[in-house]
Amino acid sequence: MEFCLQIPTRQEAKMARLQFRDANEDDVPSEELPHLLLIHPPSSFTRLPSEICEKFRVLKAWESPLSLDQFLISHARSIQALLIRGFLMINTDILQQLPALKLIITISVGVNHIDMAECRRRGISVTNAGSVYSEDVADIAVGLYIDVLRKLSAADRYVRQGLWSSKGNYPFGSKLGGKRVGIVGLGSIGLEVAKRLEAFGCIISYNSRREKPTSSYPFYSIISELAANSDALIICCALTEQTHHMINKEVFASLGRDGVIVNVGRGAIIDEKELVKCLVSGKIRGAGFDVFENEPQVPEELFTLDNVVLSPHTAIFTPESLQSVKEVLIANVEAFFLNKPLVTPVMDE
Amino acid sequence: MDSIGVLLPIPMSPYLEQELEKRFNLLKLWTAPHKTQFIKDHATSIRAIVGNASAGADAELIDSLPKLEIVASYSVGIDKVDLKYCKEKGVRVTNTPDVLTEDVADIAIGLSLAVMRRLCESDRYVRSGLWKKGDYKLTTKFTGKTVGIIGMGRIGKAVAKRAEAFSCPIAYFSRSGKPDLKYKYYPTVVELASNCDVLVVVCPLTEETRHIINREVMNALGPKGVLINIGRGPHVDEPELVSALLEGRLGGAGLDVYQNEPEVPEELFGLENVVLLPHVGSGTVETRNAMADLVIGNLEAHFLNKPLLTPVV
Repeated sequence: MEFCLQIPTRQEAKMARLQFRDANEDDVPSEELPHLLLIHPPSSFTRLPSEICEKFRVLKAWESPLSLDQFLISHARSIQALLIRGFLMINTDILQQLPALKLIITISVGVNHIDMAECRRRGISVTNAGSVYSEDVADIAVGLYIDVLRKLSAADRYVRQGLWSSKGNYPFGSKLGGKRVGIVGLGSIGLEVAKRLEAFGCIISYNSRREKPTSSYPFYSIISELAANSDALIICCALTEQTHHMINKEVFASLGRDGVIVNVGRGAIIDEKELVKCLVSGKIRGAGFDVFENEPQVPEELFTLDNVVLSPHTAIFTPESLQSVKEVLIANVEAFFLNKPLVTPVMDE
Repeated sequence: MDSIGVLLPIPMSPYLEQELEKRFNLLKLWTAPHKTQFIKDHATSIRAIVGNASAGADAELIDSLPKLEIVASYSVGIDKVDLKYCKEKGVRVTNTPDVLTEDVADIAIGLSLAVMRRLCESDRYVRSGLWKKGDYKLTTKFTGKTVGIIGMGRIGKAVAKRAEAFSCPIAYFSRSGKPDLKYKYYPTVVELASNCDVLVVVCPLTEETRHIINREVMNALGPKGVLINIGRGPHVDEPELVSALLEGRLGGAGLDVYQNEPEVPEELFGLENVVLLPHVGSGTVETRNAMADLVIGNLEAHFLNKPLLTPVV
């Protein structure tokens, strides 16, 4: 397994440890605080909340001169909680090195990077972002859909290249009102997307693992049937073994030449190579992507197409979402160490 | 009816032209080498003009067409038609309301999302290969932001309905408060601008509403505010808009209309907080066909002495 760790020099590592110890000098001796492990640093947009640093001894694996394996071994008995972003696959290899682990907190809403079955076996609880990102992700899904149908980004490029003056009016787009939109995954995000698109006069139906008795939208248990009865598919579901490449050649064919696909779930839910072929050859009207199979790689055939809109996995990156997930993270960690119910536990199927 | 001369000043849509040609003697002004001569040559046969957002009928044109009976506009805004003069001369005027309401409202929300979430800019980021070097930056959440609407007609109400689905509180300014609306009314545009995050211009263009968005309004909207213009270019003092954006006094703008289309101030081309559309508000196949059908329907009704479908005058 490969890790992207910055290995500091011995001198740098010693300085880092000394600094960290100095910071804790006036507080409760750090040995007495519960241990929270971070394998990767927080994203460049954010910082570890001070509430976390005050209440826990934060172990920062990336600052250690040790390899990850060695680091885990040296702290194995003390680590009860692990805070992750989603870069590393948390599977048996890691879990068996953390016998005291009881809680995994992921900043993401997706848990496709965590072996949930193995966590269940080991009695490890997992919390995620809950529904704090749903509005922002739904906004991006709707934005991408409007952009594809009404050609916003393509028309903006047209104007900035001076073509409106030289070439004339931009070609017509397609009306949103009356479009049949199939939501793939009617969870928190899917419901927010549905609510928004209904106001534009779209007709909603969905596919999900199970029919939702509280929903009045028509349910299709088979994804290609949803596609056959839709003008657009908006992918809002989780990536699991079942949903991997679920949106495939058969679905594209069922959706048809006028169909649009928007993906705000995970890249691997779609057979990306096949979709690219369909987009290039006109077998699908257009697509909007916030996620790709192998980020940040994006198939370059898409770069010259006007019927696609490409977004660099930005759906959750607003100050509001980052603030909300910090609050959820703190609440979960506090609940855990006070033996109270977790705020956003990821439930089993 | 095919001897009735219908003047089409500029190209509008192949479908519209085709349907007009089936029924009337369609005279395409833009194909003439000398426009004034063309008008003179056909003056006695032209009984109708088909106008749009760019080309209407001013007093001069109306005077040069003594047989003119009707101006049917392929648009809902008829600021390019001299309505007062048409009324004086007994010339009927029709437009295309309702059929384009949804499309234009969709563009208002599309522009708001595109500006605040930087959709076009981050698409550029990916296509230029920059994503491989680092993540795109934070953008501004749209859900829950206050949307201020200038003009609560058909389109304004449709914008409000869509914004409400994003949990946006709605506020508005119009010529008079509308007591049956549950939204917050502000008696001046500056007050509305001071109290909203996204300001949408969607009223008709008249003498009163020209430059309704001026320096004072833009300053009130502020460095975090976003202006969305889906009305007419002259609603906004365009040079002031450019300097407000360049100086950071205004947070961003989504524009579908400009002072002098198709000219767009080039100073805006390098800005990441603007989205520039080439007047596509009603530009979908479905809606433009419906608009064309309405133009044809109005012309046929007029020449068959039936009530006009969507008269303005």
